Amino acid sequence: MQMDLRTVSITPLRQTFGHLARRMGADKPASRYVEATMDLQPVENFHFRPTWEPELDIFDPARTRITMKDWYALKDPRQYYYGAWTQARGRMQETAEGDFELVDELGLAAAYPQAGKEEAFKVFLPLRHAAWGSNINKAYVSAYGYGIAISQAACYASMDQLGIAQYVTRLGMAFGDIEALAEAKQAWLDAPEWQELRRYTEDLMVEKDWFEVMVAQDFALEGLLYPLVYERFNDRLNAAHGPVFSMLTRFQREWYAETCKWTDAVLKAAAADNPENKDRLATWIAGWRERAIRALEPIARLAFGADAPVVMEEAVAALNARAVKAGIPL
Amino acid sequence: MSNAFIAFQKNEDTRCIVEAIVDDNPGAMVNEQPAMVKIDVPNRLVIKRASVEEKMGRPFDLQELQVHLITISGHLDETDEEFSLSWNS
Repeated sequence: MQMDLRTVSITPLRQTFGHLARRMGADKPASRYVEATMDLQPVENFHFRPTWEPELDIFDPARTRITMKDWYALKDPRQYYYGAWTQARGRMQETAEGDFELVDELGLAAAYPQAGKEEAFKVFLPLRHAAWGSNINKAYVSAYGYGIAISQAACYASMDQLGIAQYVTRLGMAFGDIEALAEAKQAWLDAPEWQELRRYTEDLMVEKDWFEVMVAQDFALEGLLYPLVYERFNDRLNAAHGPVFSMLTRFQREWYAETCKWTDAVLKAAAADNPENKDRLATWIAGWRERAIRALEPIARLAFGADAPVVMEEAVAALNARAVKAGIPL
Repeated sequence: MSNAFIAFQKNEDTRCIVEAIVDDNPGAMVNEQPAMVKIDVPNRLVIKRASVEEKMGRPFDLQELQVHLITISGHLDETDEEFSLSWNS
């Protein structure tokens, strides 16, 4: 008997979902991110208005003063959907855990000079509360943001902050113990240096406009705080006491470098949509930046002493440059 | 004038690479086959790291494309930024 083998090509009837093909203008394969993001926002058949805010629908683009022709233009350049995000964070966490383990195994934290520990307790440890505040504020953006593009990325960022709060805590536990955490909490609640930052964070918890919350928290505040702490303060501790602090803050440094790309892309897309957005973003950034500078100045003094004004100035210049690059002249 | 070409296995990564090639090479002809995709470009085909990274949303090392590579034709010139195939004509 003779058998003939022949190749049969079975072409799929369609490459992707209809709504994505219409959006892309062609029936071509879409990335997982696009599939898990575009047009997922519920837009109609809202039977009941929220009792606490009857003038708005439960999902309503009017919850911010920013307007967009297409809310899905606020894309995440990292293309995080749930799977990609958990994998990326899983990898980062594995490395960070490795660092913590190494520090523990070799007794590096115990051998870290006391002066360095004191500085870390004073300047760094209260930031676990700032990270928790950031978690709350980002969760608000996620809850009330419009269009899945922004709300899913904000949700991931919110969860990331919870992770960061935990890593800050674990550094505290490695350097000291539970008392160090209690003292840091007291400092956050009572020490005069921390009150402006606490006020900033807590004021954002009652700010209604979710886009403004994002500008204030993610761009203005964290855009200054992270370079100050995780670059400059880190350099200072390294120079004086060796690189253990760097090892135990690796997650935060990687997270910030990566998250900046997202924040900047969102601002850029919103500013590019219409001139009113651009003006509004410029006003928000300018206003919150001034408040953030005021909130961080006492902490910079705590960290850098007489060098504080120069260090602050450089951080502000870098933030301004980011805004300009996103197409928002200040 | 001959075509420089490259063929990849079809998957999530190469979908991004192919999109980047199509964007960067105006004359690109994409030939989709079962489980394989071949791209022909007259004379010179270039793959740019930056374009692929933008499509993928993550850092990309051009050598990663070897994992998905089936075949190429043309003189290969490879740097950190560009992977190009060309004919001297």
